[in-house]
Amino acid sequence: MMFTLFFVDLGRKVLSFLYFLGGLASLAGQTVYFTFRPPYKYGRIIEQGKKAGYDSFPLVSLISLFIGFIFALQTAYFMQRIGSEMYIASMVALSIVRELGPVITALVVAGRVGASNTAEIGSMQVTEQIDALETLAANPVKYLVVPRFVALGVMLPVLTLYANIIGILGSYLICVVKLGITSSMYMHVTFSALLYKDLFTGLFKSWIFGMLIALISCYEGFNVEGGAAGVGRATTRSVVFTFIMIIAADCVFTALFYFIFP
Amino acid sequence: MIEIIGLHKKFNNATVLDGLSLNIEKGQTCVIIGRSGCGKSVLLKHIVGLLKPDSGKVLVDRKEVGVLDEAELDSLRSKISMVFQGGALFDSMNVAENVGFSLIEYTRLGYKEIMNRVEESLSLVGLGGIGNLMPAELSGGMKKRVALARAICIRPEVILYDEPTTGIDPIAADSINSLIRSLHDKLKVTSIVVTHDMKSAYHIADKIAMMYKGRIVIEGSPREIRESHNPVVHQFINGLAKGPITEAVDTFK
Repeated sequence: MMFTLFFVDLGRKVLSFLYFLGGLASLAGQTVYFTFRPPYKYGRIIEQGKKAGYDSFPLVSLISLFIGFIFALQTAYFMQRIGSEMYIASMVALSIVRELGPVITALVVAGRVGASNTAEIGSMQVTEQIDALETLAANPVKYLVVPRFVALGVMLPVLTLYANIIGILGSYLICVVKLGITSSMYMHVTFSALLYKDLFTGLFKSWIFGMLIALISCYEGFNVEGGAAGVGRATTRSVVFTFIMIIAADCVFTALFYFIFP
Repeated sequence: MIEIIGLHKKFNNATVLDGLSLNIEKGQTCVIIGRSGCGKSVLLKHIVGLLKPDSGKVLVDRKEVGVLDEAELDSLRSKISMVFQGGALFDSMNVAENVGFSLIEYTRLGYKEIMNRVEESLSLVGLGGIGNLMPAELSGGMKKRVALARAICIRPEVILYDEPTTGIDPIAADSINSLIRSLHDKLKVTSIVVTHDMKSAYHIADKIAMMYKGRIVIEGSPREIRESHNPVVHQFINGLAKGPITEAVDTFK
């Protein structure tokens, strides 16, 4: 009996996830369509850009700096044992630019901005504001999703670039102040290790992550049912699904780039 | 003006509309009464195209709402306004931006002209000069009146009201009723009002229709409804706990 129930429950979860993916694909199609359809309302995109990007700079700064500190110290632990401290800079630079910068920034923004998007749109749904938008001839996808989609698609790569710089700065401070590596040596090793393709693949991934955050957070907001408790459940689900999708997309694109640009 | 023909709608196997038919003439105020949860709001959402019927049709000016494309639906919605039960004002905008939403978004009118229209609409509902307040600063009755101002700001031909007097004090409710009546007289709009407040229904209606088991069981003038011998109508309008409605409520699925 327990065995059967386990498979029934598993089946339900798989069906629900497939339903989620279908809904997300449909919303993505509509969003891309309305993104390129006039009239263009730049004011709302700028407003969302400020919320998603500008207001996230302090948190991203803090987390990237700490990541830089931690990563330099953890790398130093092994590098000192094999006498290769000078390569800490190249390892940190590559790891941050290719992987940690895009992923950590996306997770921070998903928690901060994605959750807020779901809560805001979900509250609008339960108070009939979405229906009111439609009766006022405003398409909710065009009015609510497109500005978030464009803003996050633009701002996440910008934030990632910034997080890369701050992360490398954190590592630089540890290496130069605590480990005795000279500043010029650190800079030289960092820049000689980094190639344009490293930066490009990292920023490309962050563009994808930005769009995923916007779509999932809005999708969950539109599908809120059951009042305030429903908004809470949708916000949790939005953050969880966004985290899963970011890591899954990261895995796919990292593998893809590894084979395309070996 | 509005013809509803054999409308059927189910949600999760529960029948909400079961072949409902109703005609509303241009300029008429039709009040739809019925118990809470009987599908009155669902009916309004079909008229404005927020929901699509399982079968049957809604015709507005002889155009079938359920089959309109996006552009035609937008054009229809520029003629029909809806006042939602809780007001559904946009929290992130102040009262003036709420009221002038459609004009700001979809017309080329200048800022000054839009603000004049907004102030005119707010004055019509007795709330002139509150454009700078946020929805969170308003009482329940004021929110409903601002929602009404937003509805009339685009000069609609039809206004749909979803329980306009629910949840507000009797004095505010009476002022909303007078407002609906005076808007009907001044602007000559066709109105459909969904309510279970009989006092309000008698005050504003040219015609009253009662919904029961997903259909219209009776329609007529307020006087005809008041004098009806139909036991369902009698129980509802007199607010009796015992009668055919409460006996049948568990059997209708």
